[in-house]
Amino acid sequence: MIIYGVALLAACLLTGLYVGELLGQLLGVQANVGGVGIAMLLLVLASSTQRFEPLVTGASATGINFWSAMYIPIIVAMAASQNVVAAVDGGLLALLAGVAAVVVSFALVPVLSRFGPQSDPLPPLDSTPGTPGTLATPSKTSGGV
Amino acid sequence: METLVAVISANGLITAFAVVGITVWISYLMSARLTAGRIHGSAIAIILGLAASYWAGSVTGGSRGVVDIGVLAGIGLMGGGMMRDFGIVSTAFGVHISELRKAGVVGVISIFAGVIVSFIVGALIAVAFGYRDAESITTIGAGAVTYSVGPVTGTAIGASSDVIALSVAAGVVKSILVMIGTPLVAKQIGLNNPQSAMVFGGLMGTTSGVAGGLAATDPRLVPYGAMTATFYTGLGCLMGPSILYFIVRALV
Repeated sequence: MIIYGVALLAACLLTGLYVGELLGQLLGVQANVGGVGIAMLLLVLASSTQRFEPLVTGASATGINFWSAMYIPIIVAMAASQNVVAAVDGGLLALLAGVAAVVVSFALVPVLSRFGPQSDPLPPLDSTPGTPGTLATPSKTSGGV
Repeated sequence: METLVAVISANGLITAFAVVGITVWISYLMSARLTAGRIHGSAIAIILGLAASYWAGSVTGGSRGVVDIGVLAGIGLMGGGMMRDFGIVSTAFGVHISELRKAGVVGVISIFAGVIVSFIVGALIAVAFGYRDAESITTIGAGAVTYSVGPVTGTAIGASSDVIALSVAAGVVKSILVMIGTPLVAKQIGLNNPQSAMVFGGLMGTTSGVAGGLAATDPRLVPYGAMTATFYTGLGCLMGPSILYFIVRALV
């Protein structure tokens, strides 16, 4: 049943967000600490546990993969509801602070990536709208930028 | 016409699916025809979304992009925090635990490094612009962390409201720039594997920016980047009004 996969996904998110809120309260922070990350870990764990197999295979998996494929459209909708005007009108200080933080952080990615065990580059991306989280088979076109 | 508008408005989320679907279709068409596939369709779709939001914001004077246009209010539901988080979690389906383990330690380090480095950069720019009080410097530095950390910190330490507004603007600039800039620099910074994606998520931290930037680069990297990024705002909110504020106060 497709709904089983969707329900598992929902249960993971709710549990993660709840734990994240509790963590925030524990630390005295007005924020959810890692709720989504915890939810992702729960889903990863569930999908590799025998007990949850009926919820992550067959039709149930379709329910999770559907949302995974809806991810980019959701992000497009998110982009369309950002306060872009405020970012542009924030003046030079806001612009510089934002830009400088991004540039320095970009520059640090290769520096920090050098530490610890390395992972292999992913195979070239399929040019069709991708399904996040699943490894696409290598194709003759490379769609990445 | 009136009836059509009524139907569209009354079914906001469904309208959003249709509008976003058309946008994505146009974007992939543009990607193939105009850029020969060099710029990914999802990157174009995200930029179209941001452009629409800018246009809508200038027309309506609102702060939520196209959501402030009545018939498109459903976009706010589709692109809101609830659906975004649901979508992000679903991308973790198929993630390999071994990859998460590999980047575990460096991932945690990158979250701390990301918060501290962005804060220092923001704080230095605040000083360069003539701010001398610890509250303003800290709040603007926190804004460079993310647009949620700025106001949380500013409110906690009692910064003025215009400084808090500035910190939000800095955070929004960061988030949007990460969305647009990531696919452009991905190759140069080696962003092509799960491990560097986790480092990337930890360093950038802005969940929207990381989610959008990685989606436009390679959707398979999204879960790894999002995993670390979601801890970033929490850490920022923890450090901003406390240790970072104390350090700034000791320095000025």
